[in-house]
Amino acid sequence: MKLTLKVWRQANATAQGEIKTYPLDGVSPDMSFLEMLDLLNEQLVTQGEEPVAFDHDCREGICGMCSLMINGEAHGPEVTTTCQLHMRSFSDGDTITIEPWRADPFPVIKDLVVDRSAFDRIIQSGGFISANTGSAPEANSVPAPRDKAMRAFNVATCIGCGACVAACPNGSASLFLGAKITHLGELPQGQPERWSRVVDMVGQHDHEGFGGCTNIGECASACPKEIPLDVISQLNKDLRTAMKQGL
Amino acid sequence: MAASGAAFIGFVLGHMYGNLKAFGGQEKFNEYAHHLRELGEPLLPYEGFIWIMRVGLLAALIVHVVCAVVLARRAGQARTVKYAVKKNKGSSLSSRTMRWGGATLLLFIIWHLVNFTFGKVNVQTGETGAAAGDPYSLLVDTFDVWWMTIIYLVAMVALAFHLHHGTWSALQTLGLTNTASSRQRAKTAGWVLAVVVAGGFSAVPLSVLLGIIEK
Repeated sequence: MKLTLKVWRQANATAQGEIKTYPLDGVSPDMSFLEMLDLLNEQLVTQGEEPVAFDHDCREGICGMCSLMINGEAHGPEVTTTCQLHMRSFSDGDTITIEPWRADPFPVIKDLVVDRSAFDRIIQSGGFISANTGSAPEANSVPAPRDKAMRAFNVATCIGCGACVAACPNGSASLFLGAKITHLGELPQGQPERWSRVVDMVGQHDHEGFGGCTNIGECASACPKEIPLDVISQLNKDLRTAMKQGL
Repeated sequence: MAASGAAFIGFVLGHMYGNLKAFGGQEKFNEYAHHLRELGEPLLPYEGFIWIMRVGLLAALIVHVVCAVVLARRAGQARTVKYAVKKNKGSSLSSRTMRWGGATLLLFIIWHLVNFTFGKVNVQTGETGAAAGDPYSLLVDTFDVWWMTIIYLVAMVALAFHLHHGTWSALQTLGLTNTASSRQRAKTAGWVLAVVVAGGFSAVPLSVLLGIIEK
């Protein structure tokens, strides 16, 4: 396959970035998207150019480290992470525009790499439960209703990649927030901190500079883990309950 | 946003019901308009009910617009560098046109109040105030002018779009769509309200233009 790549290049956090065009030949349809970028970088190195910086880690779709806005779609055209996207989803002769996540709370560090520690700070503000340390407790000693457990497990698949923010026209992280609130709020272990959690996490979210949710729904379509929009309703419901309690 | 929007949904349903009285003829329509002013008497003074509604709607409008401006500003600050390429995958056209549609509706409401409430402008005779004619005559004279009907129909398209996304969005904001089925119901409610309200409102000017409603 022969491709034309339009890639966002930015030397560092403060530099002015621009889109540069690179022709790339010899791409196999069996390559993953990141392997295709590896190929581009080998070509750039032999030409004496700086390779393109991009985030990746597990390359099996479970760590949430890879990102990339590919032709205007977070993680590209398939419902998966960029590392699990393969070049067979594209055609010979395609032009592919590759940009970093665009959100001011996710500042660009270099090229396609953005700083997502805003998500870590949101988790630190309330995305945890208090548990005694020591030997592991008996798994069945705390009963959890099956429907609640299933819902919690389904939304616990959120890997915090930030695709929801990248896709949202408002730059809101409400789907991420909702996934964490629902995941911990549906389980018995999450109850003690349930109401303070939602207030603290929403407060941190707003403090980081993410936008407000207007229920457009681009986030759920972009989510590689298919987190549904109802977690945002749960977030709103929990926040309302917490505010009634004067938190 | 959701609470003030819900108040508007209640209002447009009531307003649309009143407008459909135009199909009952001049006497019925004018009597309804007059009755609105006497509603609640003697507990309320003359026009008391209408002024309570006006104050309530103005308060809801202020809340709605302030929330919209705050949300739009936050969105602007959250992404100062735009994408070179951005596709819309899962959003409705109505959800992406809420801000422009809202501004269109606001301009329309200002003209609508000048047209029928505070100014009473008869675009055919050029008369204003009481001389513009009784409510029914003013209505027929207005919609006999084709471009006035066009203005109203454009506003109803904007209203339909606003209701289509707004209804579901309000229910989601109020935390009432916690399952896939309730989300589907909320979206269906948006469709139904959009079609019923915009359709009901549009029926009167279209009927005037087509000669079904006449003096």
